[in-house]
Amino acid sequence: MIRLTTPITEEQTRQLKVGDEVLLNGRVVLSRDIGHKFMKEQKPEWLKPILENMVIYHCGPVVRKNADGTWSFVAAGPTTSIREEPYQADVIDTYKVRGVIGKGGMGKKTSEGLQKTGAVYLHATGGAGSLLAERVKRVVDVKMLEEFGSPEAFWIIEVEDFPLVVTMDSHGGSLHEIVLAHSQERAKALMG
Amino acid sequence: MSECVIPTLTSMEVVESKSVLPEGWKADLSNLKGLDLTQPVLELLRRTTSRLPQDVIDALVKGRDAEEEGSRAFNTLNDMVRNILLADGKVTPLCQDTGTVIFFVRHPYGLSQRAAKKQIREAVAQSTKNVWLRPNCVEALSGKNTGNNMDPFHEGHPVIHFEEWDRPEIEVAVMLKGGGCENVGAQYRLPDAAIGAGRDIKGVRKCIIDAVVKAQGQGCSPGILGVAIGGDRVTSYEKSKELILRKLGTANADPKMDAFEKEITNDLNTLGIGPMGYGGNTTALGVHVEEMYRHPASFYVSISYMCWSSRRRVMTIGSTGQVSFD
Repeated sequence: MIRLTTPITEEQTRQLKVGDEVLLNGRVVLSRDIGHKFMKEQKPEWLKPILENMVIYHCGPVVRKNADGTWSFVAAGPTTSIREEPYQADVIDTYKVRGVIGKGGMGKKTSEGLQKTGAVYLHATGGAGSLLAERVKRVVDVKMLEEFGSPEAFWIIEVEDFPLVVTMDSHGGSLHEIVLAHSQERAKALMG
Repeated sequence: MSECVIPTLTSMEVVESKSVLPEGWKADLSNLKGLDLTQPVLELLRRTTSRLPQDVIDALVKGRDAEEEGSRAFNTLNDMVRNILLADGKVTPLCQDTGTVIFFVRHPYGLSQRAAKKQIREAVAQSTKNVWLRPNCVEALSGKNTGNNMDPFHEGHPVIHFEEWDRPEIEVAVMLKGGGCENVGAQYRLPDAAIGAGRDIKGVRKCIIDAVVKAQGQGCSPGILGVAIGGDRVTSYEKSKELILRKLGTANADPKMDAFEKEITNDLNTLGIGPMGYGGNTTALGVHVEEMYRHPASFYVSISYMCWSSRRRVMTIGSTGQVSFD
């Protein structure tokens, strides 16, 4: 088990390999569909200090607003990452992001982005909304809540021992490609 | 995280004690015009979003115990069980994606569908306020979220199917269908040269295998598949979705189809996709197949993929007015 705390350096991410289990600590920034389109097309400057050497989490949480105006995460598992494939490599490069958390893996373009910038794709267990929300210690801030709505806003949170697996590394390795190739071969045999 | 979790849910007494319905609540079915479904549907949603059906839990545990202890597949299935217990205990959503909220209402003659629709919508809006449902209804092009799960056109969300039947009771089934698994659903038009599928059961089998391979872990495997053979594009997909409501482990009424379901489930579990696409022996928890009729020119195979967190529940208001949840 590898313990990592954000911000992360390129040197740290370059050492990570497919299959490594990671417990992530520190600040993480949530972004998904509208957010990625927005980041690629508008490249807002104000996001740069928020994202540099940070980790993006593909997640649309269930949130509760507390009486004192603060927010709590009630359920917060990953959403399917492949939808961000057209945007991810660009976002990683523009903002020097060191990690992307999601589920289901991503494609070639993202893999190339990870290699170029020195970043990793970290897989979380999909559907484990309650389990993962327990590892969210604090909601630090939220950006574009009004514009994007609560499932798609840029939530900035602090996590503690957030359990992840490196499934795509900065050297071109991808667990998803291996499982896909194996299952395609097996499907061929089954389909005769 | 690999300590083997024993899947014991909170007792029904505890669930009942947290009900939004007053103790001993009964509907007066002799006055269908005066019936208000808002509170019972609210209770239905509360239970559905936080508590997984026992047959799904059993299938996940069976899958976990068949994986090698300590493997990633084992640990992932174990975390799924852990998550189920947490959400149940805290009465919070099992998954942050509380899905498209889909209702199937069956009712006797005399119930106003217009009134029932209004009441069901109210229950969904209230559940969203209670943080049992995430606001999942956005304008298609702008992506603007309505914030309360209500489609202002009263068409897209929540989805409500009505059917009048000749029985005295009212049945409301609900399914919370996540977006990730909805996206990996597929509709094939046979013959399909690309996958070599002809217009027979062998062709159907190829469609199912192809869809599951394409889905990989993206629909949150292990999945539960509803497969409709025939119909038109709409009825076929609709049927495939309804089939997800069937309990895992229950037999298909058609013995031939039942054997096919068991065989294809075993085949899918040899693909090596495993929980969340990490690799492993548990790729599908069940496949439910039904044959329909079709136009001679069309042969659709429609596949709806449900994630492992198959949140579904049926509420019945019996002829004596008593409410039960299954």
